[in-house]
Amino acid sequence: MDSDDDFLSDVSSAGDFLDTQNSDDESLGDDFGDDLDTGFSDDKDLIKQKRKPYEVEFKVLNPLDIQREQDVQVDDVSAILGLPPESAAILLRFGRWKQEKLIEGYMEHPEETLEDAGLGTNFEGLAKTEKVADFMCEICCEEGPDLETFAMRCGHRFCVDCYRHYLAQKIKEEGEAARIECPGDNCHRIVDSKSLELLLADNNALQERYRTLLTRTYVDDKDNLRWCPAPNCEYAVDCAVKARDLRRIVPTVNCICKHEFCFGCSLNDHQPTPCTLVKMWLKKCEDDSETANWISANTKECPRCMSTIEKNGGCNHMTCRKCKHEFCWMCMGLWSEHGTSWYNCNRYEEKSGSDARSAQAKSRASLERYLHYYNRYANHEQSAKLDKDLYLKTEKKMTSLQSQSGLSWIEVQFLDTASQALQQCRQTLKWTYAFAFYLARNNLTEIFEDNQKDLEMAVESLSEMFEKPVPELAKLKVDILDKTAYCNKRRVILLSDTAENLKNGEWAFNVEW
Amino acid sequence: MGSQKRIAKELSELVESPPAGISVELADEANLYEWKVHMKGPEGSPYQGGVFLLKLSLPTAYPFKPPTVSFATKIYHPNVTNDEKGSMCLGMLRADEWKPSSKISAVLQFARQLLAEPMPDDAIEGRIAEQYRNDRQRYDEVAREWTRKHAAHQ
Repeated sequence: MDSDDDFLSDVSSAGDFLDTQNSDDESLGDDFGDDLDTGFSDDKDLIKQKRKPYEVEFKVLNPLDIQREQDVQVDDVSAILGLPPESAAILLRFGRWKQEKLIEGYMEHPEETLEDAGLGTNFEGLAKTEKVADFMCEICCEEGPDLETFAMRCGHRFCVDCYRHYLAQKIKEEGEAARIECPGDNCHRIVDSKSLELLLADNNALQERYRTLLTRTYVDDKDNLRWCPAPNCEYAVDCAVKARDLRRIVPTVNCICKHEFCFGCSLNDHQPTPCTLVKMWLKKCEDDSETANWISANTKECPRCMSTIEKNGGCNHMTCRKCKHEFCWMCMGLWSEHGTSWYNCNRYEEKSGSDARSAQAKSRASLERYLHYYNRYANHEQSAKLDKDLYLKTEKKMTSLQSQSGLSWIEVQFLDTASQALQQCRQTLKWTYAFAFYLARNNLTEIFEDNQKDLEMAVESLSEMFEKPVPELAKLKVDILDKTAYCNKRRVILLSDTAENLKNGEWAFNVEW
Repeated sequence: MGSQKRIAKELSELVESPPAGISVELADEANLYEWKVHMKGPEGSPYQGGVFLLKLSLPTAYPFKPPTVSFATKIYHPNVTNDEKGSMCLGMLRADEWKPSSKISAVLQFARQLLAEPMPDDAIEGRIAEQYRNDRQRYDEVAREWTRKHAAHQ
């Protein structure tokens, strides 16, 4: 990484996209980001900091915003190059919306650029359907002077029915919109939105689908935009963090739909662990071979009945529970042949035996290390689910409790706040274990582990309060509020510390990534 | 049906003035959508002297969807699957490259051209493509041998 904070400064200057520059002043994203955070924490001094080290600047765009962004660029390019808007749109889509580069290319080679974009250089004439003498449609082979026909400026004329059928198939079946070509053989002219609207004037559903597909392409084409991955969510997030920044930052963003996800990889929030390590970790956990490895390192088969046996400590004299076979754990030989030296297998001292043993120990140590982190990771994942279930049950009871305890609806909201904090903290804790697994020890790891421990203790004690019977919960309100604030604070500290070190390249890792 | 009119027109044009080395007929007189194509191996290619039977199927959505072409006669060629199906990969027959105004005649001529000049970079049989590139002589021998064995004129 060449510059330590270029992903922060990049945001306001927004690289090469004019539109992002123009719309940066819109307050939507900023206000929104702050709103969400205050929802979780009352801790004044932490909230005061404008942006914490682990936070990135972003804004959420609704479908209208996305449409507007496109329109602004289309109008700009249309005005600058003197092209009709529908042609400017095709040009922009061809150039993946990199406006400056596109205009530069156009200025240098106008005709080639237009040709490559599928526009052609002829912009005369209005798009209209008409009847033409001596016409036969090349697609359906129908002919006659009454046949309504259409051709774009490339002049390839087909009957309106075939044209419509063609467009419908492209849009509906192939999901194509930005690059629908003229139906003419070998013609690469792109069907513009004006022609399309004319032909599909009586099919609003199809036009709607067409526009949706175009918007999808727009977001997919732009590096600074990413769809919110939540089901049925229509929002996109605008963030300037680039792929190359992902070694130094974990760009978690919050959608208006409340979904919290990583702008780098679209997965659920995984701070403090960088995207690449997350992928490695998930792959590792998914791999059942780890389980198999554990079994192979920790168990052996009874030489007689082949039952899998785990040695649970103690001496080498094994008695199979199933078949009562007695054997030596070390050499797998009959125990009776070991004579009186029951505590020591002769072969144990042999070089080959000791080599095998140290290899096994090494493999076991690495597995135990993995399992240490995995178990804690999985435990927080599981506990987060349990906490949530518990909260949902509690919520129901709280509703009935409102009348008994005299607490208003507003007043019982502290449980909601606490529950959300628990979820979020457990999510963070979960990923700290994946992070720690890949962390090579240096003087910073101890601080990290302390932070991790502090957050974990705070979370467990808040979680415990949640398990109290409902009538007691009302009495615990102040304690729960305090503990919630404390959890949030510990989380902020842990994430800030980790993010700072990541940004400055202070962490050492035990893997290449 | 528009598609039948179009197919009938293409068929009659192909029967009346067939492209070089190609003849077409319906597999079943009652069905416009299944064609039998006889293709002569191009001169100067190892397929010379052979007559290959191809099956051409038109989808009901033709000409908005592309036809499919396969070799019923076994052929040793990098762009034809070396199995019972004899499937071909022709760029122009891919859904996103096919245009409703593309013609069957062009497809068949393209297929025959492929016999004269295989496209190893677009191969469906990597091993044969490899041989075509690195050991042309051996490729020619095998292709000629297969032509003699499977496509000899009856």
